[in-house]
This record gives sequence, C-alpha cells and structure tokens, in this order.
Amino acid sequence: MNQPLIVTAAQKAGPKTSLAVGGIVLLMLLALPLLSLLPADSSLQVSAYTLTLVGKILCYAIVALALDLVWGYAGLLSLGHGLFFALGGYAMGMYLMREAAGDGLPAFMTFLSWSELPWYWAGTQHFLWALCLVVLAPGLLALVFGFFAFRSRIKGVYFSIMTQALTFAGMLLFFRNETGFGGNNGFTNFRSILGFSITAQGTRAVLFLLTVLLLVASLYLGWRLARSKFGRVLTALRDAENRLMFCGYDPRGFKLFVWVLSAVLCGLAGALYVPQVGIINPSEMSPTNSIEAAVWVALGGRGTLIGPLLGAGLVNGMKSWFTVAFPEYWLFFLGALFIVVTLYLPKGIFGLMKKGGEQ
Amino acid sequence: MRGVPLPAARPEFMLEPAFDPNRDAGSSRDAIGLGQRVIGKGLDVRHGTLLTLEDISVSFDGFKALNALNLYIGVGELRCIIGPNGAGKTTLMDVITGKTRPTEGKAWFGETLNLTQMSEVQIAQAGIGRKFQKPTVFEALSVFENLELAQKTDKSVWACLCARLSGEQKDRIDEVLETIRLVSSTHRQAGLLSHGQKQFLEIGMLLMQDPQLLLLDEPVAGMTDAETEFTAELFKSLAGKHSLMVVEHDMGFVGSIADHVTVLHQGSVLAEGSLEQVQGDDRVIEVYLGR
Repeated sequence: MNQPLIVTAAQKAGPKTSLAVGGIVLLMLLALPLLSLLPADSSLQVSAYTLTLVGKILCYAIVALALDLVWGYAGLLSLGHGLFFALGGYAMGMYLMREAAGDGLPAFMTFLSWSELPWYWAGTQHFLWALCLVVLAPGLLALVFGFFAFRSRIKGVYFSIMTQALTFAGMLLFFRNETGFGGNNGFTNFRSILGFSITAQGTRAVLFLLTVLLLVASLYLGWRLARSKFGRVLTALRDAENRLMFCGYDPRGFKLFVWVLSAVLCGLAGALYVPQVGIINPSEMSPTNSIEAAVWVALGGRGTLIGPLLGAGLVNGMKSWFTVAFPEYWLFFLGALFIVVTLYLPKGIFGLMKKGGEQ
Repeated sequence: MRGVPLPAARPEFMLEPAFDPNRDAGSSRDAIGLGQRVIGKGLDVRHGTLLTLEDISVSFDGFKALNALNLYIGVGELRCIIGPNGAGKTTLMDVITGKTRPTEGKAWFGETLNLTQMSEVQIAQAGIGRKFQKPTVFEALSVFENLELAQKTDKSVWACLCARLSGEQKDRIDEVLETIRLVSSTHRQAGLLSHGQKQFLEIGMLLMQDPQLLLLDEPVAGMTDAETEFTAELFKSLAGKHSLMVVEHDMGFVGSIADHVTVLHQGSVLAEGSLEQVQGDDRVIEVYLGR
C-alpha cells in the first residue's frame, strides 16, 4: 500500500502489456508464412530466404527455452545441447534421405560403395518411425547420461565440461564416414517430405507454422512447469540442494526429468530445422554451437521464459547481419557480448526491462 | 543369529520408492522372530527409545572424529549436546542424517530402521529433520513456498507435477507461519529475511516436515535475546510430541531448555545428566577450562 501509485500502475499494466506484445509477435509470426504464399510481384511478399531465416531462428529459440529449463531453473549449465538438437535433426534427415533416394540407397552410401543399409537405418523410410527417433535418440541419450551423472552427484562446472565433451565426442563420431551418417558432408539434397516438394512455398509455410506451434507449445509447457510445485522444487534444487534432500526430496529424479524433457525439446527443434534449412552435418554438434546457445540464454535472462527467446532472436538476428557486413569480427563480437552480459547484466535483457518497467 | 539370512545391501535406485517404514521389517535386530509381531503403521518405538547409537566410530584419514560413541534418545525427549570445538557434534549429526557413513557401529531409528543403510533422502522421509548450523532456506522462493516445499506429503516427481495445495495443507502452513511469527512476511522472498528470521523459517520448515526427531545445529546463533527466549519456549512446547536433539554453545540457552545434557569430547560421550550434574563433573571442568 505504501508504494507510489506509478509503481503499482506499472506493475498492474506489466502483464497486460507483455501479453499484448506477445500477441502481436505471435500474429506477425503467423502472418509471415501466409504472406510468403503471395505472388512474387506483390509488394507484401515475404521471400523464401526471410521465411527460412526466421524459421531457423525460431528453432534456435526453442533450444534456448529448453536450455533455460535446465540452466535457469534447475541450475544445470549444459554446454552440450547442440548434440540433442543435431540428433533430432539427423533422425529427420534420415527420413528425408530415404525419401530422396526412393528405393535405392542414399547417395553418400553409393559413393562409399555400400551395398546395404546399416541396421540402424531400418524403418527410417517411414515418417512415423523417424518421428519416434526424433524423440528417442536425444531422449535416451539424455536419460543414460543423466542417470549416471546425477547418480554420481556431478554438479556445476564438472557437469558443464562433461556435456561439452559429450557433444564433442558426438561430433567426432559423426565426422567418420563409417558411422553411416554421411561423414563431414552430413545429409543434404533433400527432395520431398511426405510427398510434398521440400522447396515448394506451401511446404515451407507449413513447416514454419509447425515451428511456431512447437515454440508456443514449449512456452506453455515451460510456463506450466515453472508455476507448478515441480518448478519450485527445481528452483530449490538450484539454490540449496542439501536442504532439499533433508526435506525428503530425491534430487536425482527431478533433475533427470527436466534434463530429458529439455533434450527431447531440442530434438524436436532440430527435426523442424533440418527440412527448412536443407542440410545437417556434424558441425551442428561443434562445442561452439552449444556455447552459443548458452549465450542466448544468458543474454536474454535465465530463469525467465521469455528472456531466452529474446536472446536467441537478438543474437541470431545480429549474427545474420554481422556475418554479411563484417564476417571476420562476428566471433569477437559474440565474445564481447558474453563478457558484457556476465559483468553488467546478470539477469539479462529481460531483467533490465523488468527493472526499467518498475522505475 | 547364525542361519538368519542377512538382507542384501539395497542397490541405489535412481528413483527411490516412497519410503515404507515397514519395508525392512524382519531384517532388523528383531529378525529373530519378534519383529513379525509388531508390523504396524509408523515407526516402532516399543522400548521408548527413538534413536540408538552404539559404538559409532567415524574416521577421516586416520583421524577419529567419533570414537565408539553411545547415545540413546528417548521418545519426546529434549536432549542438548555440548562440547568444545572439534568434539564431533556436527559429525554426529552427519551420521544420523546419512551424510557421513560410520566406519563402525550401529545406528537405529526406532527399533527397526537401520540408519547406516539408508540414504539421506530416505532418512528424511522416515522422520528425521535437520537444521543446519548456517541457516539454509530456499532464498529465491517466498516464505510461504519454503514451507510448502517442506510440508510432509508425497515428494515424488510425479506428485510434484500435479500437486495442488488442499485447504487443510494451507491451514497447516498458516498455523506454522503463526508459530514462527512470520505471518507479515508470508509472501516475502526468503533471501530478504534477516538472519534471525531465516533461522525461524528453517525451524518452521522442520515443523512442516513433522519429523519424529529434530536435529538442531546451533539454532539460536545470531538471534537477539528476545528471539532466543522465544525459541526456548518453542522447543519446550515441541518436546513431548517430538524428540529434539540440540547442539548449542550458548549455556544460558541450554540451561533454559534442557532436562538432559550430553557432553562430547574427542568423539565420545564424556558425561551425561542434568546440566548441574554435568557442570559439577570434574572431567567436564577439566575439558572446558583445561585444568
């Protein structure tokens, strides 16, 4: 009651304004694919390049959200989320390669003069099995890794280093031709998905809409989790794990649940990324990619749900401009950005905005 | 005892099942046959002893933090543990809560629960609550949420995903808020509380857990005189319903609450009795004053 009226007013207006802004952004995102279907000479037409670029950034935003669930809420900094993203992408890529190859072998296997598909390619010509793989591959890997890591109570920087090593190992494995995933070229030259041409405007528009849908669904899921008792247990786990154990909670189950959920979200994002971008190769698993994802979350504001989306959008937007304008300075800029955020914006852009709104 | 099959050491499960106090029935020291008769709900405290520690030793790289320690705590008892620095008071609490495994000795909770084979989480679920020396609360959460998390209920992942506070649970939280005098700070972030308030919040969290045994490590450190006095009243009202084990340096506080005092020295019990008895004991005087 003692607060100045303006503060109270701002606090009351806060959720409404953010809802309004969120609504407008969502409408724009939904309008983009429709506008891309306009004839090419129309002034409102959105080019395939723009649509793909925004679609790609939306996929990254889902990764940022997934990373924020484990880092911002549960305090587990993963520097290996690129691996889960790439695994989902590869699973989808397997289906796309089979679809492009028809009854024959995927082109890269013919080059290696293989005569039959490795066993793990079995069933990948079916879209539904590919979708299962999209969930299972990252999910199971996360389950096994998480089981042992959390059972051994690996925490903090040790956990981060192990996830980083995991994604690096994944990259080295996928670089080998013998692994059966196209070596360093990865998968490309996709033709169609479910019989629809992959370059057709309609297909692109649908894929884009699906990405928006997945983003909204993940956001809703994250919001429900954060508001539930489960979310509060995660926060408690981040701040005082010992206290939580002596309260009678087993932290391992909570960590494992959110860790696997996050990996699966990343896998789904990867699966939507590949048909839109048209290529997947082991560089998606490179350690820098996963570190970049952590930068998105840190910049946007961890422990908030909107922050990571902002961060992913902002950094990737800047990246696509920077790499055209000053290609050689991008990495310096990214490094500087991380330092600035760590030193001056511990709560990220979202924290800054919140502070600004309250004053 | 020969011929009685020993229970296999339980593997460490990832997701431990909710704690069942009777799971180990028959595998305890009552395994000779008596144990079968007393299977019932809750903790078995037939002999009136809640906690039994026998011949407990803990050594860290050859240093004996606890040395053949024997300690018995009765149901509803309020026991104070005193002793000079390094006497092993905190190690003792670590052993009881499963944080440290004893190198030797037996630790029983009630008549049937073998503490040396239970994990920290299982021990907490079985009904032993602990307050740390440094007040530890969930700083990012509100006072209310802190108490909500501590509340005695199903604490599995699934239960937390679909948990809703019932009216009864809410009333209980309000009741505890009243007891620890934090009603006006209900929705305040716990990290913003004063040191003394955090101490009370942590005590409140223990109350929400509703344990049979409360271990309190220096509960009045950093409290004002009025707060200390209030804590003494609170503890005295808890004794009877719960058993309390209080480690404290503040002799005034010990004198105001304890009917029974144990003095630890170099990892074993030096003296036990009322505060006057203990203070009159020559060996205790020697240890404390170095004569």
